[in-house]
Amino acid sequence: MLRQIEGSRAVAETVALCRPEVVCAYPISPQTHIIEAIGVLVRTGDLSPCEFINVESEFAAMSVSIGASATGARSYTATASQGLLFMIEAVYNAAGLGLPVVMTLANRAIGAPINIWNDHSDAMAVRDSGWIQLFAETNQEAADLHIQAFRLAEELSLPVMVCMDGFILTHAIEQVDLPTQAQVDAFLPPYEPRQVLDPEDPVSIGAMVGPEAFEEVRYLAHLRQIQALESIPAIAQDFSRQFGRESGGLLHRYRCEDAETIVVALGSVLGTIKDVIDELRDEGIRIGVVGITSFRPFPGDAVREALQSADRVIVVEKAFSVGFGGVLSTDVAMSLTGLTVGVSTIVAGLGGRPITGASLRVQFEAASRGDMDQLVFLDLDHALIEQELARRSTVRRSGPTAENVLRDVGAVSSGPI
Amino acid sequence: MFQVRIHGRGGQGVVTAAEMLSVAAFLDGHRSQAFPSFGSERTGAPVVSFCRISDEEIRTREPVLAPDALIIQDSTLLHQVDLFSGLGPDAYVLVNTSRSFDDLGLGEFPKQFRHDRLLTVPATELALAHTGRPVPNAVLLGGFAAISDVVSIDAVARAIEERFRGPVAVANIAAAAEAYRIVREEEKELARAQAD
Repeated sequence: MLRQIEGSRAVAETVALCRPEVVCAYPISPQTHIIEAIGVLVRTGDLSPCEFINVESEFAAMSVSIGASATGARSYTATASQGLLFMIEAVYNAAGLGLPVVMTLANRAIGAPINIWNDHSDAMAVRDSGWIQLFAETNQEAADLHIQAFRLAEELSLPVMVCMDGFILTHAIEQVDLPTQAQVDAFLPPYEPRQVLDPEDPVSIGAMVGPEAFEEVRYLAHLRQIQALESIPAIAQDFSRQFGRESGGLLHRYRCEDAETIVVALGSVLGTIKDVIDELRDEGIRIGVVGITSFRPFPGDAVREALQSADRVIVVEKAFSVGFGGVLSTDVAMSLTGLTVGVSTIVAGLGGRPITGASLRVQFEAASRGDMDQLVFLDLDHALIEQELARRSTVRRSGPTAENVLRDVGAVSSGPI
Repeated sequence: MFQVRIHGRGGQGVVTAAEMLSVAAFLDGHRSQAFPSFGSERTGAPVVSFCRISDEEIRTREPVLAPDALIIQDSTLLHQVDLFSGLGPDAYVLVNTSRSFDDLGLGEFPKQFRHDRLLTVPATELALAHTGRPVPNAVLLGGFAAISDVVSIDAVARAIEERFRGPVAVANIAAAAEAYRIVREEEKELARAQAD
């Protein structure tokens, strides 16, 4: 049913339709509304049978999810930012053990400096953990991806993380077509575990593996992710057949036909980018955009196929590798090995800074003329940077950077002046 | 696309106002997107929320930078925050106040904008009278339905009903309806004044 609904609420109701049997989560902004809503659905009996387990930390939340999944229960959790970092050891374990936990990541920046707003630093921090990572462009896609995530996770026996932009999507109210219980039941069969802790048929899970077989076990994990490159589009196609709309898949192309310049991005910023692409197309600039839904596994062949006829590629990223540059850009550049397509990076939207169409447009125009820098930090306040650099070069005890910069911008609560 | 920016203070239901407005637009058959400004929300601190209304899919995620309408829930913000940033000359402004623009120290202000689109409504007083609580958000949406044809007063009433329940909903709907009548009357007076 089509409803005007908050993103978090849409995800919570959709997750409930997937009939999770154990939900264990610890609240952290901007994920809170999701698990609060699921908690209520469990309490009122609308989601039943399901056990909502309160724990003291994110580390415990993921550990309980692992335990529940190993006993054959469909398990769900959600987190963000520092919460994800706090559970990171267990995040790796869920993937290494091959347990199909589904987790929503309400993408948020990582401190210090502490910041509760959106960027993709948290998702990037667990890029190599072995989880499948799917990025939602809209709240409709965020809801739909959860239904696909449970099926994908259980089909492959791998955990899946659905990444949705914190606040920008989780707190946005827009129309979402929520499916019925019968529709979800028809798409998502009951969980049939590949491995299960069963007293009737005892096994142990979590062996120590030495050098004699560690590489092989890791390679098998890699193969399973590569297998997901087939499963993700197959499940998305099946979803589209049953639900009548396109959601998920490896990537989405928009106006890429004959494009000289192609933008690549993850998540909700794709909407803003598409508006800019339409403006530029109206002016005769040949530009398009590729939205990557499956960041892990990275669909290198599909990305190469989508980008190879362009002259240049601009990767817009809400995260970066400090001391190097783009993260997604590196993967994109690798997938274009041997071609002459230039790849440049725009780092944007860090810590919740709004990414405006006007600022993107300036960069896209420059790029289409062939004069964009290799690495651009969008809307960077150079005067502010110079002030702090000057302070550092003149005084040894120049003080904490974050507090200094806050004082320079005139923000309050930055300590003694 | 019609873009609305709502300014108020933490505790006045600024975020809920944008949500209800988007639900009203949805009930009227439009596409709509509402979201808060994501500042640190504390009681009394300035808060901003946004609502876009369109008949096509709304894709952009940037904040509303050039609003077609401003709803100002707290007139004490008028001289503290740059409320009018990005506002075009044809924009609608609805201020929650029992005073006039002159009394608010905005005597010169209307010259830059269309006079017939600058309106006031005593939403806090109406909220107190009808609901017993000084929360002006739902009431102002009644006023907003009157100043523009973007959402209907019926849809605003239904959106209030979806958000609140029982007597709280009934009281807010009554207050919104009164705000609607007051603003419609005000518009007629302004039109008469211009005609003279």
